[in-house]
Formats: sequence, structure tokens, C-alpha cells
Amino acid sequence: MRYLYYPGCSLKGTGRAYEESLLSVFEELRFPVEELGDWNCCGATAYMSVDEMKAFALAARNLALAEQAVQREPVSLIAPCNACYLVLAKVQRSMAQYPHIGRAIADALVEAGLSYHGDVHVRHPLDVMINDIGLDIIAKHISRPLTGLKVACYYGCQVVRPFATFDDQYIPTSMDQLMECVGATPVDWPLKTRCCGSSLTGTIQEAGLRLSYIILKEARDRGADAVATCCPLCQFNLECYQRRMRRAFDDDIDIPVAYFPQFMGKAMGLEDHRLGLQRLFVPLTSAPALV
Amino acid sequence: MSDLQISRRVKYQEELDLDFGKSVAAKPGGEDLHRCIQCGTCSSTCPMSIYMDHTPRKIIAMTRAGFKDEVLASNTIWLCSSCYACTVDCPKQIKLTDIMYALKQLAIGKKVYPRRFPIPVLANEFYRSVIRTGRSNEGRTVARVWMKTRPWRMISEAALGLRLMRRGRMSMKTERMTGGRGQLQKLLHSVEEGQVDH
Amino acid sequence: MIMEPSAPTEETRIGVYICHCGANIAAKVDVETTRDFAATLPGVIVARDYKFACSDPGQEMIQQDIGELNLNRVVVASCSPLLHEKTFRNACAAAGLSPFCFQMANIREHVSWVTADPELALEKAKSLVAAAVRRVARARALTPKQVPVHPDVLVVGGGIAGIHAALILANAGKKVYLVERRPTIGGHMAQFDKTFPTMDCAACILTPKMSDVKSHPNITMWTYSEVEEVAGFTGNFKVKVRRKARYIKEDLCVGCNDCVEACVLKKEKTQVPDEFNVGLSKRKAIYMPFPQATPACVVIDPKQCLQLMKGKCAQACVEACERAAIDFDQEDEILDVDVGAIIIATGYQPFNARKIPEYGYGRFDNVYTTLEIERLVNASGPTGGEIILRDGSVPKSVGIIHCVGSRDRRFNPWCSNVCCMGALKAAHLVKERTGAEVFNFYVDMRTAFKGYEEFYDQVLAEGVQFIRGRVAEVTDWAMTPAEQGKLVIRVEDTLIGVARRIPVDMVVLAVGLEPQPDSGSVTRTFNISCSPEGFFLERHPKLGPVSTFTDGVFLAGACQGPKDIPETVAQAGAAAAEALCLVDRGFVDIEPNTAWIEEEFCSGCKTCIPLCPFHAIERDEEKGVAVINEALCKGCGTCVAACPSGAARQNLFTDEQIYEEIEGVLSYA
Repeated sequence: MRYLYYPGCSLKGTGRAYEESLLSVFEELRFPVEELGDWNCCGATAYMSVDEMKAFALAARNLALAEQAVQREPVSLIAPCNACYLVLAKVQRSMAQYPHIGRAIADALVEAGLSYHGDVHVRHPLDVMINDIGLDIIAKHISRPLTGLKVACYYGCQVVRPFATFDDQYIPTSMDQLMECVGATPVDWPLKTRCCGSSLTGTIQEAGLRLSYIILKEARDRGADAVATCCPLCQFNLECYQRRMRRAFDDDIDIPVAYFPQFMGKAMGLEDHRLGLQRLFVPLTSAPALV
Repeated sequence: MSDLQISRRVKYQEELDLDFGKSVAAKPGGEDLHRCIQCGTCSSTCPMSIYMDHTPRKIIAMTRAGFKDEVLASNTIWLCSSCYACTVDCPKQIKLTDIMYALKQLAIGKKVYPRRFPIPVLANEFYRSVIRTGRSNEGRTVARVWMKTRPWRMISEAALGLRLMRRGRMSMKTERMTGGRGQLQKLLHSVEEGQVDH
Repeated sequence: MIMEPSAPTEETRIGVYICHCGANIAAKVDVETTRDFAATLPGVIVARDYKFACSDPGQEMIQQDIGELNLNRVVVASCSPLLHEKTFRNACAAAGLSPFCFQMANIREHVSWVTADPELALEKAKSLVAAAVRRVARARALTPKQVPVHPDVLVVGGGIAGIHAALILANAGKKVYLVERRPTIGGHMAQFDKTFPTMDCAACILTPKMSDVKSHPNITMWTYSEVEEVAGFTGNFKVKVRRKARYIKEDLCVGCNDCVEACVLKKEKTQVPDEFNVGLSKRKAIYMPFPQATPACVVIDPKQCLQLMKGKCAQACVEACERAAIDFDQEDEILDVDVGAIIIATGYQPFNARKIPEYGYGRFDNVYTTLEIERLVNASGPTGGEIILRDGSVPKSVGIIHCVGSRDRRFNPWCSNVCCMGALKAAHLVKERTGAEVFNFYVDMRTAFKGYEEFYDQVLAEGVQFIRGRVAEVTDWAMTPAEQGKLVIRVEDTLIGVARRIPVDMVVLAVGLEPQPDSGSVTRTFNISCSPEGFFLERHPKLGPVSTFTDGVFLAGACQGPKDIPETVAQAGAAAAEALCLVDRGFVDIEPNTAWIEEEFCSGCKTCIPLCPFHAIERDEEKGVAVINEALCKGCGTCVAACPSGAARQNLFTDEQIYEEIEGVLSYA
């Protein structure tokens, strides 16, 4: 199995720390990934809102590029951002399910000098950590277990909906298992997959801000010291608007929200700057166990 | 409350677009639209339904019945965050999220959306930026959206923007594709040509 | 293959009748041309067309021709033989012509209903008529076999359906074997406390019937038993029943329960969930299924009993039993019975609410199913008839969710029929016993039967609140102080048009009905079919709801589809009547399509003998040839196809008949 890595636009921008920490953890685990060459934006939710066929083509180009790497081994394309992960997986399925669309896009790809057979495996890093690397291997690299850290694992929507390929659709546990493996205590809480608001949180704050706020509030009320995420937009929504939430909801909510590989890296003893910890708005050290 | 407004509401068949339901059902993902039993599970699970002027269930009923203008003018389709909770919980396995996307496409295509509402404007800006450069720059795109819809937000958002920039999480410079931009544009172009035949 | 010598000795005089079937055939197939074509075929004396051949005048026309024109063969080109072959055969027989000298050509289901082009339809009709004419010329006047029918009946399943059917048959003077898998009869109805819409006590109306069954001289009640094997055919079934070992001598046990009291497994953690109380309480290894169990006899669970599992126990039960009824050496017994008819009444299982994690069943303490509520309400249930939460307190607010697992393409797409009433019953009982605020969350209200809508009206009048909206989630996530510590139901109130959050103390899930988990193997044992969801398949959904495609096997109750008690009892009566029809008559007419061996061609190679699925072929050692037992032969044709020398032949399907039919199609195609 060959592993390619599809960053997506967010991981080069607001989600930079996700890329930094994930790649550092992969490196520490001696897990080889290569960035997909010359990838383009997956289109996220915006493209499908405007033009359906172009949205398919946009995502499919990345799949076709990844396919070029399929020589003797099957290829896994790791997409850390939940939205990229879903878009790529969904487009792959839709092209198979709607043959007329599949053919039209495949033909267009051929015209652009690419070919498409739909045989790349679209994967999420949580899936790869649990199923390809394995908790046993990860455990061997833990030198500074995060003992005493109560973390609420927030999965968000699109990693389990509508396709739940590697975890339970309603009560996922892959991130919880990872956190447990690195010594932290995952908190049992009911909002693991409740929508953070996506692009509405920042734009339609009258509605969207509350969606993210209630997630943080419940996590805190259930005893969590920190929230772990696996999607750059979720992380941004939960972390970067806490000042506004404090004002809007008259609550002193102030809780660190970090990417799950940042927690993993910390437990592996990796340096802060390799994990992008300095990019967090709410420092990880505000959680008592991580001081 | 000193006086009451009286208005008359009745819908005649001539005022409806009786083919609207079928045309939405014909789009990918709309296949099971007509099987809806109006149980309301979608609205029950939707985190945004409490802000929508018509809940997802009502949108399906209205689409099926042909209330095209009301559907495309509702805020529902823009407040859908594509969380797929409805799609997963629907007992008839209706792909509501895909139907919402289809309605968004129709509204944008017909330019039926409030010009100053950020969401469709964001979709359009994102779309254009990706066509041009192949990747999106969140900062730049969002700035343009504020400019077009709620210019005063630029001031309050600037603080957030600066905080992000200081931590290296945003730059006004877009990450560029190395060589494939031409290929991408050729691809999108052929799709557009193909669409004429569809 | 060797063919018989060509023409029969007598002159063939064939009458051909082309039916219009109103516009069903005539609108597509040119019946006049077909008729004229038929008249040109060899052996055809008369060819007519008629609007509805199956009608009285139509049949009379055929009978008149048989009489006046001395016809000795008849062909009717009309609908499917499944529909009217019997009609026309009877008509011929009444006119003195052997019914087996009649042949049907299907020009409706096979032509007019499936062919778009009228010209092609005409050609196909002509070739099918030609085929039938040529085949019927080779028909022989066979006599149908009559096989005697065994008068006893087997009823499988001892719920209300099986109980009622058994009583009807027994009262009609038939000997009935009632086989029930659990240690007691009574089925799910015994678990209910009340029945809708009258709120009759379930046990009060059921137990008299149960004791009637036990004491009826014509009923042999075998509980804790299962049917292992069924062989034979209608009127003559040979059934093997396994009587599982109870480890109790049934005739000695009087149900005093001293042994249960004495059983050493006194600590709760050594006990297992009580099946009758749907796991809400625990039981020991030796137990009485429920107080009114019939037979009133305890049973020992071999997977839990220390003596049976490990061979080491103080055997306090043996010591306590004054009648020495416990026997650890007891073994399963296999019994053979002969019956003429079988009624399958194996019931249903409730939908497993764990499959819907969003409802919290199994995760939250106070989420129950309607069946569990029945046990709570029941005076001999785990809480002595109190509706209480797990912590012993009385709920002040209860939410009842309809359509759990039903009407859902992800689980069971069908409507389970009874749960709306079940949910209303639960609402009524909860309100009555606890005075709590009760909310029913429904999608559609299905209360169609006698007294049901009135019951809905009554429950509305009692102040139960109805919210139309299917619940997506039951959660413990509180948004307001009033919701803390409660189960919150978030729902769209579709009628008022707003989202609502309702905190409740207890949630009741109205789970649907689905087929038993082993319905697949039951269909194989009894040689019946089931529909795609697993309920047993009736012969016809409208006109044949209690018979199956296997003659002699009937269905009753929820095993055929979800239904309530009055419908079940009605169906059980119907199944008993149809079974009576079969066994009372005393004989069945068997289609004379048996195979025979043409001795001079048989080389005694024995190829056919092991192939026969009915073990109907034996070797006559003296003559060195195979011999077919006509009584056992079912006319499947396997030996005929396998015989290398063509010695095995089949009535109604001889080689020459088949070849003539093929020739008919090809010559005029």
C-alpha cells in the first residue's frame, strides 16, 4: 500500500498546525507519506452549491492524479480535512453510481491528459492511525503520556456522515482510542458528531456561533480540559471565536481546542514548534495536565 | 400590539410550477424525493432547522408540490451546513443534503438569492477564486465576501485576521499550484462544453 | 431418446376454442385469424372464438361440441392454466371427456399481456395454438390418483394462533399435535398485561384457552419441543419431533416451586436474564416460566445448571422436591408422528431497539420497549405491577415513540400494524398508574380496526399529548436547567410547525414486529417460501391468506405478517377450517403426472434410484428392473431426464407429447 497525502487548502492556511503535527507524527512513526503533486482544491461545500459537474471534475482531478501512482501497489489517499475527505469519497462513489456522470467526467479527464478508474482508496488519518499503523505501534512511541488530561473528542459531521467506513456513525470511538493510547482520558459526551456550523459559524453568527458554543459548553460541563478535533474548519470554529462566545453567551468559556496529532505529538515528546502548538489561540498549556 | 394585520393566503394550482418536484427529483441524489412521508425526522435532527423559515421537511413538501418561488426564496437552503444528519436519519433514505445542493444550484443559476446574504456570495467567490488559481485562499475570499455583503464586518473581522496572521495561519498570498493550473482549467472547460449536451 | 409409435389408434377429433377474454386478449391478438388458422391444423374438427370461454355459456358451448361433434380432444387458448385449467378440465369431465385430454394454450399472460406489436402477437398466438393442438393429439385418458389423507393435524407454535387452531380442530373431533418450542404455551400474548382496545386482562382471556388445550382429550401438547424434520406430502406427512429434555418428569411435577426456592444460585450475579420478563429480572437455573405456565411444570436450563454443566452441585432442588420429579439423566426424545395437515403458527419477534443507537436503548437506564412496559405493568412482573424507573421512583413525564424500526428502509420497511395501538395502550396504562404527563410522538395514527379509533379518542380525552413528528434522537444533553438529569426528546412538531424539546423521565419505544430469526430454516423444514422480508408466504395475498404453495401446509398468525390478536384468531380459525377441509374429506386427488418404467427398455442400471428425492424407486431383484411406487412419486421428472435408455417415462409429459409441442411451435413460427 502506498500512501499519498492530500492537504487541501485549509491545511496550508488556517489549518497549518494540522499538517505540521500530522506529518511530524507520521515521521516519528516512520510512516511514509508523500504529498500529492500539484493537487487542486477539492471544492468543499461551495463548489457543489454552484455547479455540480464542475464540482465533480474538480475533485476527480485529484483522484486521477493519485491514480497515476498506482503501479504495483494500491494507493491510499489520506485527506485530513473532513470536508476534503467527504468530497473525494463522495465524488468517487457518485461517479460509479451515476454512470452518465462518471463517463462524462472520465472523458473530460482524458481530454485533460489524465485517466480515471476509481481505484484509489480515500482515507482519513484517524482510519490510518487505527487500522494501518495500529495502537500497539503508537503506544511504543509514547514517552510522555498525557496522564490526567481529560479530553473531549470532537469528530464533526463529515467524517462519519453519510459514509461511516471506519467508525460508528453515531458514537465513533477511533479518536477516543487514540487519546486513550497516548495516556489521556477521553470524556464520554453526547455531542461528538454534532455540526459545528461549518461556514455558517463565521458568516451567519446569529445562528452559527451558537452551534459551536454549545459543543464547547457541553465538553467543558462534562469535565473536559481540552477538545481534540480532526477537521480544520471544526477546529477554527471551536477555537477562534471563543472571545465572541464569551460576550454573546455571557459565559467565561476558555478551553483549548487542538488537532488530535498535536496531542499525539506531545505525548511522543516532539517539540512544540514541530506540532504547530504556537499557532493555537488558546494555548494547550491552559489545560492543567499539560502545564 | 394595538392593531392586527389581516392578509389572505390561498394557493392556486396555476401559481405553482407543477414540474418543479420532478425536475429536482431528476438530479443526482433526488431520486427518492417522492417517497417522503413527511415524518419530520430530518427537521428533528437538523441543527439549523430552528433558524430556517421553512424546515427541511417543509422544503421537501413544497418542492414536491411545486412551490418553486417560495423554496428558492427561503433561507433554508442557505442555512443548510451539509452536516448530513438528515440524510442519515431519513427512514426513506432520501438524500436531503443532495437535494439542498440541487436547490442551491438552481437558486444561484437563476440568481434568485438576496445579494447581501453572505452564504451564496461566499459560494460564488470561492468558486471564482478556485477557477482562477486552482486553490482557495480563505482570507482573501472571506474579505471579498464581507466587502460585498456586510462591509462593516471588515473592521471587526480585521482583528481576527491579524491574530491569525500573527500565528502564521493566514496570508493574503495564495498558495499556488505548481504546473497543473492549465490542466485544471482545460478540464473545467471540457466539462462546461459537455454540459451543453446534457 | 426413443419415441413411442406415432399416431394413436382412434381418429383424433380436436375442438379448438380461442378466448377473447374481453379486451384482454382480443385487443392485442387477432382472435378471428387465429381461429381460422386453428381450423386448418391436422385433427381439428371445429374451431371457435368466444368472448369469455370460462363463463357458463362458454363452457356449455364446449360441452355441446363434445357431445354433438364427438370431440375426443379439446384445446382452449386463453389465460394461464393456473387460473382456469381446472375450470375447463371439469367442463370436459362433465361432458364425458377425460379431463386429461384437454390442453390449454396461454395467449394472455404469454402473449397479449407481454407483446407490444400486434403482428408479432398474432404469430406467437398461432404457434402456441399449433403447439397445443399437436400435443393434445398425443394425450391419453389418465385417471387421477386418489390418496387417502391421515386425519391428524400438526400445529407448530403454541401462541394464541396455535392454541385457537388446535382447539377448533380438536373440537371437530380431530387429533391434534401442538408443538411449542418454549417450555410453556401462551406465546407473546401471555406476556401482555392488557389487550387493546377493551383493556381486557390478557392472562384472564388467554389462560382458560391454555387450560382447555392442556385438558382436551384430542390434543397432544408437546412443549419444549421442536419439529426436526418433515417428509411426505399433502395428507401424508411424516414428522420428526424432538422433545427437549426438561430434566423434570412432567407427569410428577405439580408446579409447587419448592425446587426454585431451594436452587443454590441465590446470588443475582449467578442468575441469568428472565426471558419472560424480557430481561428485566433474573431467574435461576431451575424455573417456572411464569405463574400460569402450561404445563405447570418447572424446567432446568442446561446452560446454567451447575449439576448439568459441571456435574457438581449440592442439588438442593432434588432435596426439596417431595415428588422426586427431578431427573438429571433425562435425554432428548425423538418422536415420529403421521399427520395429514400442518398449520404453522410460529409468531414473531419484536424489533431489537439496540439497532437504533440514537434512541439510547441499552445506553440510558430509563429507555424501555412497549413489551417491557407490559411486564412492568403486570402484577406478576418484575416490579409487582408498578411503573417505576430503575432507581425505584415514579416517572412524572413519559415519552412514547412510535414507528421504532418500522416504516424505515434502513431496518424494516413495512408498517407493523399493531404498534400504534400498542403505544396508545401504553399511554393509557402509564397515565392511569402514575398520573404522569404522557407524550406520544407519532407519524401517522393507524387505528383502523373495530373499537380502535374510539380508543384513540378515549386516550385523547384522558389528556395524553400527541405530537406528530418522528423523533430523531433521545439525548441526555441538557440545554436548560429543567432538562438537567432528564432524557430530552427533540422533535419537529409538524402540525404546529415548530421544533420542540421535551424532557421526560422515561422513554418508551413502540418497537415493530419482525419475523423470527430462524424463519429461513423453518421454510426449508416445511418446504414453504417466505417473502423477501422473511414472513411466510401465503398462496395469494387476497384470496389465499392461510394456505401456502405447499399443499397441506397452512399459516396462521404473525408468522405470515404483523397482525393483532383478533386478526390472528380469525386467521387461525381460517387455517383450521382449511386444514379440516383437507383431512375431513379423507382423500386427495393427485395429478396423474407420475413416472413409470417401460420394463423392456430398463437395463437395471440403477441410475434413477438414488436420484429420486422421494425415495419412490426400488429395484425388482427378480426381474432386474426398476419399479416406481406410484403413491410416493411426485412427478418431478428427475428419473425421466436421467434414464439413459428412455425406460423411465412420465404421464402428462411423455417425450412424444413434448416433441409434438415443440414441433408445433417451430413449424408455424
